[in-house]
Amino acid sequence: MTSTTAAMDSSPTGERSAPPPSSDGARSDSYLTHDRGFASWIFTLDHKRIGIMYLIGVMTAFLLGGVFALLIRTELFFPGRTLMDAQTYNQLFTLHGAIMVFLVIIPGIPAILGNFVLPMQLGAKDVAFPRLNLTSFHLWVLGALFLVLSMVLSAVDTGWTFYTPYSTTTSTAVIPATFGAFILGFSSIFTGLNFIVTIHKLRPPGMGWYRMPLFLWSLYATAVIQVLATPVLGITLLLLIAERLFQIGIFDPALGGDPVLYQHFFWFYSHPAVYIMIVPAFGVISEIIPVFSRKRIFGYKFIALSSVAIAILGFFVWGHHMFTSGQSILAGTLFSALTFLIAIPTAIKVFNWIATMYKARIHLDTPMLYALAFLWVFTIGGLTGIFLGTMSIDVHLHDTYFVVAHFHYVMMGGSITAFLGGLHYWWPKLFGRRYDEKLARIATGVVFVGLNLTFFPQFILGARGMPRRYYDYLPEFTHLHQLSSVGAFILGAGFVMTTVYLIATLRRPIDAAANPWGASTLEWTLPSPPPYYNFHEAPIVTAGPYDGYEDLVYVEELHGYVRRSEEKQSSGDPGRAIEGGPRSSARESLEPPQAERAGADPARTDGASETSKPEEEA
Amino acid sequence: MITYLLLADALPKSPQSSTFWLPKAGSLSAGQFDWLYDFLTILSIVSVVGIAAAIVYLVVKYRAGSRAANEIADKTPDHNTTLELTWSIIPLFIVMAIFVWGFKGYLDLRTPPKDALEVNVTGQKWNWSFTYSNGMSDNALHVPVNTPVRLVLTSVDVIHSLYIPAFRIKMDAVPGRYTEMWFQSTEAGEYPIFCAEYCGAGHSRMLSRVVVHEPGGYENWLSEQQKKMSSMPLPELGAQLYQKQGCKTCHSIDGSRLVGPSWKGLFGRKETMSDGTVIAVDANYIRESITEPQKRIVSSFAPAMPTYQGKLTDRELTALIEYIKTLK
Repeated sequence: MTSTTAAMDSSPTGERSAPPPSSDGARSDSYLTHDRGFASWIFTLDHKRIGIMYLIGVMTAFLLGGVFALLIRTELFFPGRTLMDAQTYNQLFTLHGAIMVFLVIIPGIPAILGNFVLPMQLGAKDVAFPRLNLTSFHLWVLGALFLVLSMVLSAVDTGWTFYTPYSTTTSTAVIPATFGAFILGFSSIFTGLNFIVTIHKLRPPGMGWYRMPLFLWSLYATAVIQVLATPVLGITLLLLIAERLFQIGIFDPALGGDPVLYQHFFWFYSHPAVYIMIVPAFGVISEIIPVFSRKRIFGYKFIALSSVAIAILGFFVWGHHMFTSGQSILAGTLFSALTFLIAIPTAIKVFNWIATMYKARIHLDTPMLYALAFLWVFTIGGLTGIFLGTMSIDVHLHDTYFVVAHFHYVMMGGSITAFLGGLHYWWPKLFGRRYDEKLARIATGVVFVGLNLTFFPQFILGARGMPRRYYDYLPEFTHLHQLSSVGAFILGAGFVMTTVYLIATLRRPIDAAANPWGASTLEWTLPSPPPYYNFHEAPIVTAGPYDGYEDLVYVEELHGYVRRSEEKQSSGDPGRAIEGGPRSSARESLEPPQAERAGADPARTDGASETSKPEEEA
Repeated sequence: MITYLLLADALPKSPQSSTFWLPKAGSLSAGQFDWLYDFLTILSIVSVVGIAAAIVYLVVKYRAGSRAANEIADKTPDHNTTLELTWSIIPLFIVMAIFVWGFKGYLDLRTPPKDALEVNVTGQKWNWSFTYSNGMSDNALHVPVNTPVRLVLTSVDVIHSLYIPAFRIKMDAVPGRYTEMWFQSTEAGEYPIFCAEYCGAGHSRMLSRVVVHEPGGYENWLSEQQKKMSSMPLPELGAQLYQKQGCKTCHSIDGSRLVGPSWKGLFGRKETMSDGTVIAVDANYIRESITEPQKRIVSSFAPAMPTYQGKLTDRELTALIEYIKTLK
């Protein structure tokens, strides 16, 4: 076999069995060590490094938002004052919401995992506009600084929704916070734009639309929403700022404005934004389930197109946030009917994921555990959405803890669970290190228990009439609040545990195989961590993203998979067993052979030498 | 904790409910609501349990051995259009039925009978004010049992939302416009009212109660209240206004610190204003603080108080001042 695919170019990344012989030179090809110094990171154009910087930034924000959440839950442990006064509490829940939505979940999966994985899944060297990608990250930092500025001046107390006329009349620092959200909107638009162009223009030969990994379908659908919906939020927040600064009557009835207009504008963005948050999660789950089931995904086209259907329908349902606002009955009816339609593509996905596991061979590693946890929490989140879409039922449940529980099951339970699944799935690729699988499984369990204990009691609270955004509550709600608070601390412990064992891996030598899970999407053909330039030549795709598991063989001492043909030829030579493919002669002469390891070489990429011609686009 | 214990007597309390999920049903629409809610709950539980059972079954049955065994899934079809259509169309019919039921219920909620008794509701930070047909206001909602009641809501500052869990209804009170809601209570008793739209520091204390009177009780209550208010001594009237106009949400009478300064020992006290001047609190300053609250603010307090200009008569303003004088 004389594959020309650059993917098989072996990347020397340190010896596997023994401690690496301080071979910095040998590792220099990895994107992590290609350049050094602070500036080489913050001004990098490399999509992988930008992904890592997003990871650090978003996780810092997640920590902050999480600490706020724990303070909120502590305050609510007893009715009346526990830690803080009402004003501080209101500022905390506002910051918790704003940080988690704008800084964590919206950028979460697309900007971290998407940035890192998308170009590699396309066999590309980078996204289409690397500078725009870097700008997007810098804008994220700038937007985050504005939110911090609001915290320092006089933390905003409007709720993350900034409803008028409260937001135009409160004395807290609304302008820095909304301007921060405005800037973060541009960060999101740039990422979306970049992903759309990259997916259109940089797909490798042989990868038609129906051969794209489902993660890319989901990122594409998300990007369309980001580009089309976010500008509406931007202009709405600018109008809000103009009203506060110049007393122009747009939303404040005292100035002749209409406060309900603000709600329409706001939800025109913020409902599609819910899909910006959850659709990428669908993509991650669609990657994990087939790989850990050793089986092709069931209903590929239905899963792919349902993402698009959700993205489109998501634009026409914003009014379901406003059934009690005085909105006309006709408008409410249309919004309710369209809302129910979204249940269908969502249900299709869940059924297809489950069908994929039929007659499969299921490995319960951490990413798969997170995927299964996702199915549980997301099903609960989705079904309770049906309660809220039903108009007469929503009148009672609107603005109660039922809504809080519902969107935390979807956002926290759905998006964050999928993110953690994806993070564990791609962690060996991101940093070239394996994490402690046993600890990771325990942490998954802790997170799962904490999540359900925190948010399930909130459904009961809400149904019994406990309104949201309450600093104080009637004594009759005490026990359920305490249950929820205990859950929050368990959840927090799960996250701390996860952070500790993941960061601990970075102190260890590089020890991850190119393809630890036996996946057949293109990123796994690269060594772990990938070289700076990803692929030296664009790979040619000859099969679907979930094909060819039978050609991959697990090699115990490698902790990863290699192609069946490679395994045979390398038997008896452990040094070669870890080679995923033929080395380029040039590189071989440069690197000491014992320091080499490489990626496995899934069947789908060795196009040039295969007898089968690359199929045309489906 | 301290403020809670002091206020515990004043807090509304939900009557004991016979069901796990929902508060006691106190209106006609609550009955309508409850069966659909129960249906959705059962549907959800069946779906979640079904899906969870399927996952557990599949994971147990098709769990792979060690990775070294290199097991590959059985060859099964990777798509099946009939199956996809089945699990798309059946849920579609189910959700469309739910939509129609929800729509019908919503139409009922939004269509009050023509002969309904009308009560005007004003939301204000952080107090509800209910104005009855005879012009009298109270901060609790009093209604006769088994009678349709229409509430016409508005707000003088930000958006509030009147929420009565026992009746399963809620409607926003929006400044600059009127919204309406209606209900017909089915059982005499008291039920909590909440503000459901976030409105600032006193949001969680913007509580009230519906008092559903037995037949005849409502009319008696109205005439009694009216008599009382006109003949009451000023400090006593002031004490009533303190309860009913929402003063108590932000001003304590026991010296504890809430959103605004406590009224205990307030009269004659030297206070530092936010601009640094020091004044002794007198009748004129109190009157000014009620009608033009933002003019001079006691330092360390936020300018959070809404104006009561036009909402209180001269007699009522004087009554409040007289009441504050008694709080030594």
